[in-house]
Amino acid sequence: MSAAHEAHDLHHDTGHGIDAPHVSLREYATGFIASVVLTAIPFWLVMTGALGDKTLTALTIALFAVAQVIVHMIFFLHMNAKAEGGWNLLALIFTIIVIVIALTGSLWVMYHLNHNMMPQMTAHQADALP
Amino acid sequence: MSTPQQPLPASLSGATLTAGYYDLNEHDHPEGGSTLLGFWIYLMSDCLIFAMLFAAFGVLGGNFAAGPGPKDLFDLPLVALNTAMLLFSSMTYGFAMLAMQRGTKGPVIGWLIATALFGAAFLSIELYEFSHLIAEGATPQRSAFLSAFFTLVGTHGLHVTFGLVWLAVLLVQIGQRGLCDANRRRILCLSMFWHFLDVIWIGVFTFVYLMGMVR
Amino acid sequence: MTSSDQTWSFLMGRLSLDALPLHEPIILATFAMVALGGLTLVAALTWFRLWTYLWKEWFTSVDHKKIGVMYMVLGLVMFLRGFADAIMMRIQQAIAFNGSEGYLTAHHYDQVFTAHGVIMIFFVAMPFVTGLMNFVVPLQIGARDVSFPFLNNFSFWMTTAGAVLVMASLFIGEFAATGWLAYPPLSGLAYSPGVGVDYYIWALQIAGVGTTLSGINLIATIVKMRAPGMSLMKMPIFTWTSLCTNVLIVASFPVLTAVLVLLSLDRYVGTNFFTNDLGGSPMMYVNLIWIWGHPEVYILVLPIFGVFSEVTATFCGKRLFGYSSMVYATVVITILSYVVWLHHFFTMGSGASVNSFFGITTMVISIPTGAKLFNWMFTMYRARIRYDLPMMWTVAFMLTFVIGGMTGVLLAVPPADFVLHNSLFLIAHFHNVIIGGVVFGVFAAINYWWPKAFGFKLEPFWGKVSFWLWVPGFWLAFSPLYVMGLMGVTRRMRVFDDPSLQIWFVIAAIGAFMIAGGIAAMLVQYGVSIMRRDQNRDETGDPWNARTLEWATSSPPPAYNFAFTPIAHDLDAWADMKRLGVVRPLDGFRPIHMPRNTGAGVILSGISLIFGFAMIWHIWWLAIVGFAGLLITAIAHTFNYDRAYHIPAETVAATEAQRTRQLAAHQGASA
Repeated sequence: MSAAHEAHDLHHDTGHGIDAPHVSLREYATGFIASVVLTAIPFWLVMTGALGDKTLTALTIALFAVAQVIVHMIFFLHMNAKAEGGWNLLALIFTIIVIVIALTGSLWVMYHLNHNMMPQMTAHQADALP
Repeated sequence: MSTPQQPLPASLSGATLTAGYYDLNEHDHPEGGSTLLGFWIYLMSDCLIFAMLFAAFGVLGGNFAAGPGPKDLFDLPLVALNTAMLLFSSMTYGFAMLAMQRGTKGPVIGWLIATALFGAAFLSIELYEFSHLIAEGATPQRSAFLSAFFTLVGTHGLHVTFGLVWLAVLLVQIGQRGLCDANRRRILCLSMFWHFLDVIWIGVFTFVYLMGMVR
Repeated sequence: MTSSDQTWSFLMGRLSLDALPLHEPIILATFAMVALGGLTLVAALTWFRLWTYLWKEWFTSVDHKKIGVMYMVLGLVMFLRGFADAIMMRIQQAIAFNGSEGYLTAHHYDQVFTAHGVIMIFFVAMPFVTGLMNFVVPLQIGARDVSFPFLNNFSFWMTTAGAVLVMASLFIGEFAATGWLAYPPLSGLAYSPGVGVDYYIWALQIAGVGTTLSGINLIATIVKMRAPGMSLMKMPIFTWTSLCTNVLIVASFPVLTAVLVLLSLDRYVGTNFFTNDLGGSPMMYVNLIWIWGHPEVYILVLPIFGVFSEVTATFCGKRLFGYSSMVYATVVITILSYVVWLHHFFTMGSGASVNSFFGITTMVISIPTGAKLFNWMFTMYRARIRYDLPMMWTVAFMLTFVIGGMTGVLLAVPPADFVLHNSLFLIAHFHNVIIGGVVFGVFAAINYWWPKAFGFKLEPFWGKVSFWLWVPGFWLAFSPLYVMGLMGVTRRMRVFDDPSLQIWFVIAAIGAFMIAGGIAAMLVQYGVSIMRRDQNRDETGDPWNARTLEWATSSPPPAYNFAFTPIAHDLDAWADMKRLGVVRPLDGFRPIHMPRNTGAGVILSGISLIFGFAMIWHIWWLAIVGFAGLLITAIAHTFNYDRAYHIPAETVAATEAQRTRQLAAHQGASA
């Protein structure tokens, strides 16, 4: 196979006009049912206070959110390692890294800032205020 | 990605060499071959805007300034109803995608209209919630918590509104030109946009509403 | 309030005759000069009947090469404005001693340093860098245009609209007087009730749309449109650095957009994100805006590293030393640039643990940058270096940038930063890296790629005059700032009490005037070169004996760039082709599919400009009309499905035959 021909094949892997992902009813139905379950449980947990402990509840619903985001990504947004030669997934991973850095960084920085610069006054200090 | 190509042997010459270094049988590149990737990258950048609004809410969301807090304001059954509207609209968009794959124009239009209706229902419920809050005096100006709340949830709502405008335009375009390549591409992009808003909403109902009620 | 007042404020918002700077002689004189110059330009264009040509061939063009050139022109024009601000500050600081107030009022001076920073970063450095990437990247990867040609045109005009707003603020109303990042609470409504901060916000938001879209565009272009065979590790290094830069743009400009939205909500709606009361936190703004701000530094400098890499490899006549380490260093910088932002506000008070983390990451990020410098030096090692202008600027960069980098590492040490924060030492440091890096790099790039863009080389004489005024001028202007910074002089001061400082400011002012001479010489260089273009024609398309694909086509390249898409087999594809003696195909041309020009970009950005102006001056009806117009025009544009045409095979054949004759004539002449 000549280099030109090979290169030519590389360029036209799509075959036709657009490179659409193949979707199926099964996919959407799975995604929908999973989402309903993953939404209903955290709402139920918070509305009934079934777990009792606040921290535990917060952690649990956060985990449910992560799970549901993954479900949406796979079944509704058809995310996989192959779409667009993996670039979609790469872009997503990079974005998640940046978001995690910016969110946790901001919370960390601002928490320490508030802790250092706006210390809670003790009752004694408050009394001493003019 | 491309397979590695070794440098050609230097013994080649003339026409063979030229053919090895220039694509002599090139066809037109299909128009819009980068659209889906480009749109995905746009969504990633939009995602970062939301990330910043979440960061603002995360840092300022506890600053009630002696005003009302989540427990005084939020109505979880209403939020659940709203979430349901968005989920239904995702499903109907899925049906539109399936119909597009079959190449049937009528059902595509039908399911897209259904999607628009669910989207409009979501917006109406959100507007009702906002007007209710404002009537109670919980305005965006009242505290940093409320500023961050209204901005985050409102920005999501604005995106849904924009999605509805886009849906309307797309419906006209499908009516005019059917499921041509350009329109298929647009339906795909809008589907990404719509499901992306779902993902953002998962963050909103979890970290704003549910966590607010737990706190 | 009388009813005529009400009508006026409904129609014109806050805008009134008071907004014109009739009482400010300096601004008035500037306005007169700009107006006179503008009128002359308009008259000349009309006289020579150039409007149609400009509209058809340039303004509405979707050709990445022309858009690239337009970005460079925008950058150059704004550079003159930004430099005028700089020299005004230098004069003010050199004379405001011994009780003298200088010649600028405090309010005016504050606007000057704010405008200088905003313009130099957003409307000089960004257009220069974007312009270079636009022009070079598609050619380097063997593509015919970018992925989204219309968006490219639109992006350029949005950037221009932002620049127009900044320029308008000079004559209508005022600009922000807050410093270039507009920290609240100073930039909040309580302390800046005027239009200055609103100009700032809308100029950056409108330009930011353009920047983000052009980032998306170039990523998609590099990912999807590379020549066959050009795997990632065979991409030219400038394309690599452009890819990383655009990733940074797309992943950081949304942050700026979001932060400015929050600031505008505070100003327009009365929310409490960054206010002092009702739970707001001004420090949150500082934190968020630097999450954009630090990657922005690398957005500017990474492509310039790419320029120096190309220039070094070309003028040393060999492959770049350590190509893969260069790529990895670039990628590492891309990621690390997101974990250093707090070093811009060590003194805010986050405490020792936070400060040490960010101090260490800052020192770590200097390692890949250092690796790059070694790569360039090893490329030069035992090479037969040709000291043409691009290479001269590269050497000047290496010497200057290293010092700037090292003072940066000093500032990265939190205890040292507590002494040097907001001092002139900091000012000297970042000018040292931005001028020594970005500006020198842009000059290297202009001298390097000018023949490709216009088909003739630049005259070296005036270029060398400019070089020898610029480089010593730079050191004269900024060394005194290091000294004074160490002595504790802070930035943004208008008058000084200590007379012993004056000599340093006078030296700095002399340096600034030398730089002014350098800029003048540069403009002369362009003018002389254009007039003598026939003596400096580049007939081969490869005047520097360079290595990458942009030199494989003619200078200037035809609209379609390459009649046949080249195939890459090796890094430095063009050097590879020259080595093997590949003959370019002379027949069998096919029609070429190209995007069609459109005026939609100009119209949309024009409406955005009106919308921004209306928002700044609270002319609500116009803002509503503008927004609706924007929406309707954008929607109408999506109904245009016919966006491409074919260049017929005969036209391609004729263009290529012309090039064949030119090459033959050149070989005949040199034989």
